[in-house]
Amino acid sequence: MTVPEVRQHPEHLEWVGKSIPRVEDPKFLRGRGNYIDDYEVPNMLEVAVARSTMAHAKILSIDTSAAEAVPGVVAIVTSENVTDHVNPMPDFGPSPDKHTWYCLAVDKVRYMGEGVAVVAATSRAVAEDAAELIEVEYEPLEPLTDMLEALEDDAPLVHEALESNVPFHRKFAFGDVDGDFAAADVIVRDTLWWGRSGGQPLETVGAVADYDAATGMMTIHVNSMSFTHFLFLLANTLRVPSNKLDLQPHPSGGSFGAKFFEVKTATIAAMMARITGRPVKFMQDRLDNIANGDHHGSDRYYEVELAAKADGTLLSTRYKVVDNYGAYIQFGVGQHGNSLAQAVGPYRMSSIGYDLTAVLTNKCQQGAYRGFGSEVGNWILERMVDLMAAELDMDPFEIRRMNFIQPDQFPYFIPTGNCYDSGDYEAVHQKTLELSDYKGWRKRQAEMRAEGRHIGIGVCTCQERSVFSATEFWFWFDEPVAAPVTSAPESVTLKVDAMGAVTATLYSNASWGNSPETMVAQFVAEELGVAPDDVSVVYAGSNQGMPATGPGGSRFTIMVGGAVEVASQRIRTKAAKIAAHLLEANEDDLVWESGGFAVRGSPDQRKELAEIALAAHMFKHSLPEEIETGLEASHVQDHPYTTMPNPERTNLGVFYPFVGHASHVVVVEVDPETGRVEFLDYTAVHDCGTVVNPRSVGGQVIGGTVQGLGSTLYEEFLYDEDGVLRTPSFAEYLIPSAMDSPTLRVGHNETPSPYTPYGVKGGGEAGRMMAPSAICAAIDDAVGIRIRRLPATPERIVEMIDAAADG
Amino acid sequence: MSTHDITVTINGATTSASVEARRSLADFLRHDLGLVGTHIGCEQGACGACTVLIGGRSVRSCIMFAVQADGAEIQTVESLAPGADMHPLQEAFRRHQGLQCGFCTPGMLLRSLELINDNPDLTAEEAREGISSNMCRCTGYQYIVDAVLDAAAEMRAEEG
Repeated sequence: MTVPEVRQHPEHLEWVGKSIPRVEDPKFLRGRGNYIDDYEVPNMLEVAVARSTMAHAKILSIDTSAAEAVPGVVAIVTSENVTDHVNPMPDFGPSPDKHTWYCLAVDKVRYMGEGVAVVAATSRAVAEDAAELIEVEYEPLEPLTDMLEALEDDAPLVHEALESNVPFHRKFAFGDVDGDFAAADVIVRDTLWWGRSGGQPLETVGAVADYDAATGMMTIHVNSMSFTHFLFLLANTLRVPSNKLDLQPHPSGGSFGAKFFEVKTATIAAMMARITGRPVKFMQDRLDNIANGDHHGSDRYYEVELAAKADGTLLSTRYKVVDNYGAYIQFGVGQHGNSLAQAVGPYRMSSIGYDLTAVLTNKCQQGAYRGFGSEVGNWILERMVDLMAAELDMDPFEIRRMNFIQPDQFPYFIPTGNCYDSGDYEAVHQKTLELSDYKGWRKRQAEMRAEGRHIGIGVCTCQERSVFSATEFWFWFDEPVAAPVTSAPESVTLKVDAMGAVTATLYSNASWGNSPETMVAQFVAEELGVAPDDVSVVYAGSNQGMPATGPGGSRFTIMVGGAVEVASQRIRTKAAKIAAHLLEANEDDLVWESGGFAVRGSPDQRKELAEIALAAHMFKHSLPEEIETGLEASHVQDHPYTTMPNPERTNLGVFYPFVGHASHVVVVEVDPETGRVEFLDYTAVHDCGTVVNPRSVGGQVIGGTVQGLGSTLYEEFLYDEDGVLRTPSFAEYLIPSAMDSPTLRVGHNETPSPYTPYGVKGGGEAGRMMAPSAICAAIDDAVGIRIRRLPATPERIVEMIDAAADG
Repeated sequence: MSTHDITVTINGATTSASVEARRSLADFLRHDLGLVGTHIGCEQGACGACTVLIGGRSVRSCIMFAVQADGAEIQTVESLAPGADMHPLQEAFRRHQGLQCGFCTPGMLLRSLELINDNPDLTAEEAREGISSNMCRCTGYQYIVDAVLDAAAEMRAEEG
């Protein structure tokens, strides 16, 4: 596929760009969200999972006799017989046969919290009572949590079949890395650690499964439906035919990645439903979610070198990355594809070296967390640019600005092969300077410092890639593990009924904190001339559904926008034929305007969409023969722009082409005695192309920024050296409160994408992808330290201040 | 497990029920009475998604037993908009987009109602400190603060 045709975006937009109240909100405000735990059916059982108390141990025996005797217990499955009931979980990792992943531990436990038994009982309370009575005899094995120790020859093995703890290692070179380093005047080097945090939505993952033995149909209500075109893999896990599996989506109380293709919960519920012949609900509790939820975020160690000319011109970056994936590796190393999609940031650099080692240890496995790994890449690059600025004694904004890719260079292909579609980084920079009063703050900083206060200012200029192509899940390998899958589609069906009312059917997860219904309503309103509030948005189950991927990689608004655009065109094409007939006019003489067709030059001669729809539904035999009854159209939107990697993998192709940009300026005051960080000012200017609903994007930016703040200052799934999870609840895993969160000034700059409907780019992950860089720079500036490990907890900040004082 | 007879007034209607001693108030509301607007996020009293008002004061219903509510007057999110019109607080949350996934929203609304009832003239700082009892993972709180201040102004105007 070559570069797509440049679109001419409409000049006047009626609905796109307006902060209309969200379509989703009335039901949520009334407490009628229809979340998965609100869904109950007669005769339903509930399950509880008994979890491993050991980080690494052989399972010698499991005694369920006491649990079975508890009144109300209906069925128990354990590690000893789970393979009788289900196949391994869908696994996109490098060698699924060697790091095999089931819904419960098999033969041995590989992390504290891994399931060893499931109890189905008449209530959750009874199931928990019984789960506590299950006795597991373990033979302890040496626990392994440190990723660098895992690389040592005598390290204990997490998966013996793999014969090492490294499921994946590869060294990539994009461009002339050695040449660029040889040409450099200055090279800065550092080691950096990104700690493991996670989405931790307030609602956990849940599923209600029901198996009909008469029809063979397995129906599972879930709050985590995505990748519907991959659900045949889940059918294989559950040992049901792929056309006898139906997932029904429910709105989700937040995800941030934590529900991305989360199918273990559904698997456990479905397994127990099939065994018991009754509907079964599995609703994770908080401990299930933190300890065993499969969606911890990146956990990385970096050795990085950045090369530049003496004037600050950036040339190349060499990354050596070790990533602690935990006990399994469900999504392969896709999180690093996200880093490589924007590995040069907004800067002109001609090469990238990337040496990646994935490691398995006795921790819960990684999944997705807002940014999907690219937020780590941003932080690393920005930390290195700050180091270079310090080395060359340059203003941190100036070194960034002078290296920006320029507006006339787009489409711009970075050394990894990915395309940046468009941008105007200088414009974002200027807006940020103004909105933040950067120069004023530098003056005030000097005055406040003279008063003995520890004031710091931090800046960052980062990218947000959007709309992933499936190639990034396999371009790591010489050959794809399964097949060279390309698209990650999204679909919609639009139906105009006999009264002219429009229903839009969506096919992936119902709302999970993004605004799918609002986006679709705004797009349909724009395309068909109806009011957004009059559009009814519904969700289809997977078995009657069309291919859909759901939210992830900031893709949904763009992809569903493309689906709505084409489906609307199809509706209008048919409507034009009918209108031409009704108006006794030539189709070519009709123009679409304000929700109807009019005869060109005779605006009084027109038919509204509702009149056309009535004819389409009711008066088939008055219409031309080829027109079928009804007015409905669907469209599968495939990835709009992706290219294949080359065989040598020196170029990964285009895989994340719609690239937004943002700049944050943060002013903090740090208490050097306690390490407390107080936010005095926070400015975020984002460019995600055309903004569909400014207030919604603003909310995503602010919420994402606060999550980034959490990852920067407090949040970490902490395992001690014995593999004990030290943060099993919200009492230890600290989520920012209102008092910890700054008030943001949010600005938008709009550089429309030339390749997407209306010029929209993704914006949902951006806040979290920027905040850590700017906050760390501000803290460094305040107290004269260099943060190299996240989270930078108060304790670590004080340690760094003390170490700096000791010289 | 022993059971106990309790009588509670919920959203103005009096109900009697027999509950297990260990039944949490949140589970009682959700599963026995079908008032599913009260959400459960952590079952530990940390997140506040399960917030209800008892005698006008905010309470974490996940760490209170149903038996402890015997004789109490309880208000849940379902009380705010019994008919077609939403409460001014709900309207303000909608106008300002003070919600994304909606899961913390019922608890946030009830806590905000308590704050406004206590102090109809609250400042942005007081609103922010007031809602810091409740976690929101989506919004970063800013638009919630906006909504609370706007709702307080509306409610003052209605009162006045």
